[in-house]
Amino acid sequence: MNRATAAGPAAEPVPAGRVDGDLRTRGVWIALGLVVLFASLRYDNFLGAYNIQTFLGYNSMFVLIALGMAFVIMTGGIDLSVGSVVALASVTAAYASPHGIEVALPLGVLAGVGVGALNAWLVCRLRIVPFIATLATMLGARGLALTVADNQSVDVDWGSNFTALGLQKAFGVVPWPVVITAAVFLLAWLALERLAFGRRVLAVGGNAEAARLMGIPVARTVASVYVISGALAGLAGVFLASGYGAGQPLEGLGWELSAIASVVVGGTLLTGGLGSIPATLAGALLLGLVFNVLNFENGLGVVSLSAYWQSVVRGGFLLLVIVLQSRALRRVRG
Amino acid sequence: MAESHVPARSAGASPERPSRRGLPAAVRENGTLVAFAALVLFNAIVTPNFLALQTLYVNLSQVAPIAIVAIGMTLVIASGGIDLSVGSTMALAGAVAPYVFLSGFGVEHPGAGVALGIACALAAGLACGAFNGWLVNAFRIQPIVATLVLFIAGRGLAQVLTNGQLQTFDNAAFEYIGTGRPFGVPFQALLAIALGVVVAWTVRRTVLGRQLLAVGGNERAARLSGVAVNRVRLAAYAAAGILAAIAGLVVSAINSASDANQAGLLMELDAIAAAVVGGASLAGGRAPVIGALIGAAIIQLVSYTLLANGVHDAVALIVKGAIIVVAVRAQLGGGE
Repeated sequence: MNRATAAGPAAEPVPAGRVDGDLRTRGVWIALGLVVLFASLRYDNFLGAYNIQTFLGYNSMFVLIALGMAFVIMTGGIDLSVGSVVALASVTAAYASPHGIEVALPLGVLAGVGVGALNAWLVCRLRIVPFIATLATMLGARGLALTVADNQSVDVDWGSNFTALGLQKAFGVVPWPVVITAAVFLLAWLALERLAFGRRVLAVGGNAEAARLMGIPVARTVASVYVISGALAGLAGVFLASGYGAGQPLEGLGWELSAIASVVVGGTLLTGGLGSIPATLAGALLLGLVFNVLNFENGLGVVSLSAYWQSVVRGGFLLLVIVLQSRALRRVRG
Repeated sequence: MAESHVPARSAGASPERPSRRGLPAAVRENGTLVAFAALVLFNAIVTPNFLALQTLYVNLSQVAPIAIVAIGMTLVIASGGIDLSVGSTMALAGAVAPYVFLSGFGVEHPGAGVALGIACALAAGLACGAFNGWLVNAFRIQPIVATLVLFIAGRGLAQVLTNGQLQTFDNAAFEYIGTGRPFGVPFQALLAIALGVVVAWTVRRTVLGRQLLAVGGNERAARLSGVAVNRVRLAAYAAAGILAAIAGLVVSAINSASDANQAGLLMELDAIAAAVVGGASLAGGRAPVIGALIGAAIIQLVSYTLLANGVHDAVALIVKGAIIVVAVRAQLGGGE
C-alpha cells in the first residue's frame, strides 16, 4: 500500500517498518470497500450513474481540500483557513464570472493562493504556530468574503461559460470538477512519492531541525504547502460557485474540520513526517459516503434518521476509525 | 524567504519562554492589560455614550459566555491540549435544561424542575469533557482530533433532543441566569468573574493547579515526579466541559429559548482566541485564567468599537484575526 515516510533521520517517534503503514492505510480502503459493497447490495440506485456523478461531483471539493490539508499536516502543521478560503474564492469567482471561466477560475484560485501565502508568511516569517496563524486567517478570510459580498450570496452570470465547469460533463459522463480533481490527485500522489518536493515535505515534518541540517530549504518547503493548500481550497471554491450558481460567503463553515478528519481517517499522523495521498482520498470519500448511505437509508423508509442523527453517526464513525487506528498503531509499536 | 527561519513549533526545543527584546519591560509583561486600557481610552474619546453604565452592562452580558468558555479553554490549553467541542457542549447543555424543566415532572414541580434541569445540563457538560479527556488519555489521540468527535456529534445530539427546533420557554427562575441584575450588574458577568477568580486561585494555590502546569510544561518530567498525568488531564477537560455547559445555560437563559442549531456556534474559536490573546501558549504549561477574561473582554470590546462606529459587521472578523496575530506575535517578543 502507498505510504511515504521521510527517508532521513527522524527524531520523532515515527514508527518504523512497512507493516505499520499498511495497517493504517489499508484499514480505510477495507472500510471503503465494505461500505460500497453493503450499499450496492442494499440500495437499487446506489451504483446508478446519477448517484455516482452527484456524489463525486459534490465530494470533489472535499477531496481537493483534504489533499491540500494532507500536505500541510505532513509538515506537522495545520490549515484551519480552508473553509473560509472556499467561501472567499467562490465569491471572487462569482464576481468574475461574466468574463468567463478562463478568467474566473484563475482569479478564484488566486484568492486562495493569497490567503495561503499569508498563512505561509505568518508561520514561516512571524513564527506563529500554524493552528493560531490559520485560525486568524480563517476569521480574516471569512470577514473579507462577507464584506466583499455584502453579506449576501453573489449570483453568477448564467450567460457566460462559467457554469459549464460545474454543470457539464466530460464526454457527457464525468463531471468536470471530478476530472480536474482526479488530475490534481495524480499530481499530488506523484509529488509526494516521486518528486524531491514530497521527500522534503516528509523530512521537514519528521524532524525540521534534521531537515535543515541536511540542507533542505525548510521555510520554503513549509511555505509552499500552505500556498498549495490555499490554491486547492480556492479551486474548490470555484467549483462551488460554478456548480451551485452562486458565490456563497457563508458556505464552507467547518469544512476545515472535515478535511482534517479525512486526512486522519486516511492514516496520516497529525505530528507530521508520514502520510499517504491515496489513503487521504479514500478517507475523504469514506466520510462523504457515510452521508450518502444515510440518505439512501432514509429513502428506504425502514429507519428514519433525521439529518441531525447524521451528525451523530458521523461523529461516532470518526470515533470508531480513530480508536481503531490508535489500537493498530500501538500494536505495531508494541 | 529566509531559510534560517524554522517554523516555531520545531524551534521550541527548550521549554523556556523565548527571549524578549524590544518593548519596555512593563508594557511587555502586561501587554494584554495595556491593550485593554488603550481600547477603553480610545472608546471613551471616540465612541458616543461609551462611558454610560448601560453600555458597560451590554458589553458585560455579551462577553460573559465567551469569558466562561475561555476559562475552561485556558485550562485545556495549559495541559497542552485544545478543545474544539465546547460550542457543541454549549448547545447540548442549553438544550438539556429546558428539556427537563419543560417535561411533565418539571411542570409539576417548577422549583425542583429548574434545579434538576441545571444539574442535568452540568452533568452533560461534565460527561462531554470527561469523554474528551478519556479519548486523549486512553487512546493517545491528539486533542484536536479527539475533540472533533464531539464537535460533530455533540451538536447533532442537541439537535436530536430538540428535533432541530427552537425550544422557547417562559421560566423566570431559569432566565435569571441570563437576565438577572443583582445590584444592577448582569448576573452572568458576576458569574464569569466569580468562576475566573475561583479557577485562577485553584491554578495558583492548589496542588492540582501546579500539577496541571507541570503536565503541560513537560509531561515526561511531570510523570517522573509522580504526577498522575492522566487524572490531571482528565480534570482539565472535565472542567472545560462543565464551564461550557454553564455558558450554554447562560445563552439559553438570555434568549428564553434553546437553539441547538445556533447556540455556541464558532464558540471554540472565540474561546481559543480569548485564551491566546490573554497570554495562553498552545505549547502548554501556562494558565493565565484572568488573562483569558481580559482577552475575552478585548475581543468583545473590539467588536463593539467597530459596531458602535458604524463599521461593517464582517470587518470585525478581519480585525479579530489581526488581533490574534498581533497578540501572539507580541508574546513571542518583538525583537526577532
